[in-house]
Amino acid sequence: MLSKPGKNPLLVVAVLVALGVLVPFMGPFVILLVTQALIFGILAMSVDLLLGYTGLATMGQAAFLGIGAYTTAILATRFGFGLGCDYGWAILLGMLAGALVAAVFGLFAVRATGVYFLIITLALGMCVWGLAIRWNAVTGGDNGINLLSRPVCGVALSKDINFFYLALGLMSATMGALWVLVRSPFGRSLLGIRESETRMKMLGYNTWLHKYIAYILSGACGGMAGVLWAHLHGIVAPETVILTTSVDALLMVVLGGPGTLVGGPIGTAVVVFLREFLSTKVTWWQYVLGGVYVMTILFLPDGLMGIPARLRQRRSKGGNGAGGAGRAEKPAALASRV
Amino acid sequence: MNTKSGRIWTLVAASGVLTLGLIMAPLRVSAVEELRIGFIAPMTGGFAQVGKDMSDGFKMYLDEVGNDFAGAKVVFILEDDQAKPPLGVQKAEKLIRQDKVNLFIGGLLASSGYALAPVSTREKVIYISSVPTADDLTQRDSDKYPYFIRTGWNSSQPGHPFGEWACQNGFKRIATVAADYAFGHEVTGGFQKSFEGCGGKVVQKIWPPLGTIDYGPFLPQIKRDVDAVYTVLVGPMTLQFPKQYKAAGITMPLIGGGTSADEFALPFMGDEAIGYVTALQYSAALNTPKNIAFVKKYRQLFGKVPSYYSESNYSTAQWIHEVMKKTGGKWPGTEEFIKIFSSIELDSVRGPLKLDDQRNPIQNIYIRRVVREKKFGFPDAELWNEVIKTYPAVGQYWHYPKAEFLKQPVYSRDFPPCKFCE
Amino acid sequence: MEFWIGQTFNGISFGALLFLLASGLSLIFGVMRIVNLAHGSYFLLGGYVALTVIQVTGSWLLAIPVSALTIALLGLVMERVFLRPLGFDALRQVLLTVGFALLFQQGALNIWGGNNMDIKIPPALDWSVRVGALFFPMYRIFMIAVAGGVGLLLWLGIEKTRVGAMVRATVDDAEMARGVGIDTSRISMAIFALGAALAALGGVIGGGFIGVYPGLDFEILPLAFAVVIIGGMGSLRGALVGSLIVGLMDNFGKALFPAFAYFTLYAPMVLILAVKPTGFFGRE
Repeated sequence: MLSKPGKNPLLVVAVLVALGVLVPFMGPFVILLVTQALIFGILAMSVDLLLGYTGLATMGQAAFLGIGAYTTAILATRFGFGLGCDYGWAILLGMLAGALVAAVFGLFAVRATGVYFLIITLALGMCVWGLAIRWNAVTGGDNGINLLSRPVCGVALSKDINFFYLALGLMSATMGALWVLVRSPFGRSLLGIRESETRMKMLGYNTWLHKYIAYILSGACGGMAGVLWAHLHGIVAPETVILTTSVDALLMVVLGGPGTLVGGPIGTAVVVFLREFLSTKVTWWQYVLGGVYVMTILFLPDGLMGIPARLRQRRSKGGNGAGGAGRAEKPAALASRV
Repeated sequence: MNTKSGRIWTLVAASGVLTLGLIMAPLRVSAVEELRIGFIAPMTGGFAQVGKDMSDGFKMYLDEVGNDFAGAKVVFILEDDQAKPPLGVQKAEKLIRQDKVNLFIGGLLASSGYALAPVSTREKVIYISSVPTADDLTQRDSDKYPYFIRTGWNSSQPGHPFGEWACQNGFKRIATVAADYAFGHEVTGGFQKSFEGCGGKVVQKIWPPLGTIDYGPFLPQIKRDVDAVYTVLVGPMTLQFPKQYKAAGITMPLIGGGTSADEFALPFMGDEAIGYVTALQYSAALNTPKNIAFVKKYRQLFGKVPSYYSESNYSTAQWIHEVMKKTGGKWPGTEEFIKIFSSIELDSVRGPLKLDDQRNPIQNIYIRRVVREKKFGFPDAELWNEVIKTYPAVGQYWHYPKAEFLKQPVYSRDFPPCKFCE
Repeated sequence: MEFWIGQTFNGISFGALLFLLASGLSLIFGVMRIVNLAHGSYFLLGGYVALTVIQVTGSWLLAIPVSALTIALLGLVMERVFLRPLGFDALRQVLLTVGFALLFQQGALNIWGGNNMDIKIPPALDWSVRVGALFFPMYRIFMIAVAGGVGLLLWLGIEKTRVGAMVRATVDDAEMARGVGIDTSRISMAIFALGAALAALGGVIGGGFIGVYPGLDFEILPLAFAVVIIGGMGSLRGALVGSLIVGLMDNFGKALFPAFAYFTLYAPMVLILAVKPTGFFGRE
């Protein structure tokens, strides 16, 4: 069952360390891609916190990415803040902004469940987009905001490899923090809510509060991803907060495997690299991507991370159809969430 | 995941990703003298057709010279930015770091131009904008982008002579309907400044949001006692406006920025477009031998009449070729390339072209009127942008002294202010 | 005064178009509890198919039923082959529709190209009724008429027929419906196909009004959402009320406060969500 997150933390740590050691030797563009995957991976994990652990499917997570990114951009271009060692403060401010917006949005969203939650988060995400594209004075409208240089704090983040290490560090820290969170009593309660909210309510848990806090935390993570995102390419534009970005994040988690924490970043890495590799070679890469999504949803309900378990099932059931087809079974993370 | 197969799986996945990364390691440079050109355009998404037109125009020139620029072999690398500025930046970075291009061209929207220009400064690689028209890239911000060259046009460029044309042709009171974003503001601004400078009055400015397809809210507001309605519309907006305008019983003539009736939209418009007068640096109906040959060949290859998106990129390729001719097919280095590029006067499909000192083109501006005629030997009577007046050698500042012009703010929703608005 | 009349008329006509689109979405949700995120794609594909039909046969009138049936078929296939196997797992079904929306988008681009196209209105409808200083384009009147007619047919179908009763039962409580022997899976299939057909109809009719171009699918989808959120999911009455509200608010919003264009649309949506998440007539 994939409800037990990160069963093998040592393996995950090993992979992260391996990344840190090997990536500097890959081409300069690959470094940038990996950094992008790491940053988006943080966003994916924030989605997973809601989807895989609390059972709430969100289609508005890009809003927090945008809030974090725009906050950073506005601070940097208007107030000259966050371009030195105060970038650390900028990161915290971005997280705070994300959390605050989540706190407000959560008041609307968390009272709903299932499909309604999906729609409400979608609507709220669109509100943020509408704001980004119309509030010219603050957000630069459709031109967005350009950040001309990355921060320098002893170390120049303008060197991609340094920025990569920052992203790696923050992603690992976030993953670690979330790992601790989901193992804590609070995290366990979230899992309980995902399984059956009515039961948890009967047991006396304030499920609304739990969900609300989870939403705020996911907003903070999204905000952090946004702060890094702003400096990745040096531009923040309304495209950062469009619907398809939120959909991407959701699909990446579904691809990687919800409820595993690692699934999000893995899904992100696969999509980012696949997209980059393919879009250079062929113009029909969108078919492949769409096809991958459809196949995953149909045949891999637990995502890529669920493959080992299914192989095991297949083997133990002697290869009969029940385990493999996944029609009768309701995958833990996605079952009847709506 | 504690199982052996789980661990093996994770390792496989991780190494798969890393291997992919190594595969994408930078290419080695070949021995033959190459000119590596990166091209960024939307190939998927809502602007895919425009992106295709852009790259088709460029590639058409390359094919004509067999990919050979005075001895240098042209390596053309096309990347899809889906018209999203952040993606465009990412692709530019890929082209520069991974593909080691000598220069990159493209972007479609003004916002893409604003996003890509800083990349050129940061990476010290030339960025040629064949389409993005944001004024300030070669005006108030031109110092920030020393490696930025524009070969297309800037938003307010055609509007300046057009304002004078409007005065001379008896228009006194005009209402504007322009898409509410930077491009719409700038194209309107140029027109308004010059129109009001010769005695005209813009009495109403309406700004439908970008992407408006139902003009119901706006049409009733248009004053019925104006001499014309000046529009700046792009994409699907272009098609719907004239139809709904006529259906609402409005009879004043329509004039506007070039995109309101350009060759991209004309094939899909009907008789409601006849009489539309617009201003742009190109028209497919330009009656010069060079253009006629271009239009015929383009139509033969791609099945449609070329729009300025294709022509602009074709001429850009031609321009680069001229530079390479001067260097004997050798890449002269970034700074030298810019110098040579700026020194060339190009005899292009749209007319004579040269760069001003801020690397923006000085070119003919054509006032065009939509007619339905048979042209150039094509069998059917189709909609064409017939050129009714040419303003030669129009720069980005028109007759205005540069220093004074730069003191005023960039054209925006509120500038020039609507002094005569009623 | 003319301003208000004119704008109201425009708002209602836009609402008519939205009704065609949103009624299908609402019905699909009511019966299957799926949010069909490929609904915008059905709308767009309807327009594209109509263009092809007109190109081949020259008949605009023929394009309407052919387009609706083709997309209904597409919806049917999608429901049978892809959605049905997922059982009643609504989230995965929703995600699947997203995946398909992406595939449809690319497919449409490859088949019909990326130009901004337009469905030519038949001359019979291409004139305007003139009342004093006001012009009422016939095509807009036509849109209102079609939406009204469709709405009436749907209402009659659902309220007065046996099949309609079965649909209502399924919407109310699917398990109970199955319990009394109603084949809910057949109903689901039929409703999904109907919803797709309605969206396609909207696309054909809308094509003459707003055009047919890539990106329209994802542009029109949020509007459909606004309608069903405000009006309530699963309710035909809700779709009607929601469409009128959204159409009028969008119109007046753009006319009076163009700078806040998107707000006049999404703000009321968020407000409704805050106060009554299931919309005016929605059911949980």
